[in-house]
Amino acid sequence: MASYSTNQFKPGLKLMLDGDPCSIVENEMVKPGKGQAFNRVKLRNLRSGRVVERTFKSGDSVEAADIVEVEMQFLYNDGEAWHFMNPESFEQIQAGNSIVGDAGQWLKGQEMCSVMLWDGQPIGVTPPNFVVLKITQTDPGIRGDTATGGTKPATMETGAVVKVPLFIEEGSLLKIDTRTGEYVSRAKEE
Amino acid sequence: MSEDLGGRSLIPDPGCSSPLSPPRWGPLAPWHHLRRRARLLADVRAYFSRTGALEVETPLLALAGSTDPALASFSLTAHDGRQWWLQTSPEFAMKRLLAAGSGDIFQICHAFRQEEQSRRHQSEFTLLEWYRVGLDHHGLMDDMVQLLSAIGFPFPLERHAWSVLSLQYLGFDAALAETHVLADFARARGGVFQEALLDRTVLLDWIYGCALLPSLPADRAVFIHDFPCEQAAYARLAPGAPWLAERFELVVGETELANGFHEVIDAREQRARHVLENTRRRAAGRPEVPLDEDFLAALESGLPPCAGVALGVERLLMLMLGVDDIRQVVAFDDGSARD
Repeated sequence: MASYSTNQFKPGLKLMLDGDPCSIVENEMVKPGKGQAFNRVKLRNLRSGRVVERTFKSGDSVEAADIVEVEMQFLYNDGEAWHFMNPESFEQIQAGNSIVGDAGQWLKGQEMCSVMLWDGQPIGVTPPNFVVLKITQTDPGIRGDTATGGTKPATMETGAVVKVPLFIEEGSLLKIDTRTGEYVSRAKEE
Repeated sequence: MSEDLGGRSLIPDPGCSSPLSPPRWGPLAPWHHLRRRARLLADVRAYFSRTGALEVETPLLALAGSTDPALASFSLTAHDGRQWWLQTSPEFAMKRLLAAGSGDIFQICHAFRQEEQSRRHQSEFTLLEWYRVGLDHHGLMDDMVQLLSAIGFPFPLERHAWSVLSLQYLGFDAALAETHVLADFARARGGVFQEALLDRTVLLDWIYGCALLPSLPADRAVFIHDFPCEQAAYARLAPGAPWLAERFELVVGETELANGFHEVIDAREQRARHVLENTRRRAAGRPEVPLDEDFLAALESGLPPCAGVALGVERLLMLMLGVDDIRQVVAFDDGSARD
């Protein structure tokens, strides 16, 4: 079984903690003057997303987590599972709602997503940084109001709700930053 | 004079005057930090001159090293095939001078420790180490208060026993707690340990470094004295309370500034501690280090009762200048942290 020594610790390293795969967020040496050194580590649990702090005795080794991130195309959602395909191997995988989570609200089909696999099983999905979606419902636009800076909610074709400027019309295509969930600009039909 | 030198330099002061980033080959610390460093060392020398301590220099490179199980010395093999050591501290050589009748002595020197790299650590760093004959650890703390006042140390000073702080900040006296209680406490606070059977010394180090120091206020300097005997290093055990060692540290928040002992002067006890340390090194998979027989012979001939302390000069400067990276107070580092 692969393992990492504490002196290999660095941000981004994936290891097992209490049976769950984790990614190192921060690693710092703690060295009381005359004594044993420790690594004080902040780790993100890749399944729950929670960040925990642990201290390891320097020199100990910790089991590595078999984590790979693969670019996969989102195909469709059958109501129970989200289906993704590796465009190179044509291999398909399915991920449940709990795994896709908030990423699902940006996906309508064809998007290239980053799928995190742990021992070959999906544990997380990251959508593209930017998506273009159509507004299916919003209050009527106030023509020419580009200056007041006010916003209103708009429901997108995937069900996501985004705050948009007042002048935006129903049926418009919008570019959205999925990392913040914020409106970026109007978009043209592709 | 040093103020003028800085102004006359061809290199622009990266800290104040030049809008350009400093050249890659240039000094890490701004000039006003390097000038402060020079003034600090001058103030330290003035204090010891005034209080009757002799400045000494001892070899950085020697045929004997440190057996401290927590330290990894740099060693090198010379053309003659012999293994040499870069000192981790000047302690043994300075005690040989004390045994030879030096009286109070101090030294400002470099020391080298492998595997120590962080914002507060460099493999090569500067120690101020001094010894006072006839003082115990409390007497030496008093001396240190005088020194800190003489150099303009900006933090208020407090003095507390290790056990009192443990009780106050952790809710129990870890020095007296059973080992399994220490292990449960450490695990509940995020300690991850591989061994089923946990070493009490490692656990006490964890309690001190990972629980006690992080809970101390960062706006004052605290002398922590009378450590658990497992952390005695080369300090005497307290008369009448042999579970405590007459050792102190000066810390500001998590930054350890100095470590001092009421020194062991019994040669047999000192040898026993080295042997124990080598046993611990072997158990930890570290190479054993040959004992410094000249040092032990000096103790056999008679080390006067004394107390000694080592202070990290870069850490002191960091605190005085309010910076959090050791590279802000040195001209250059070893280059390993770049790129």
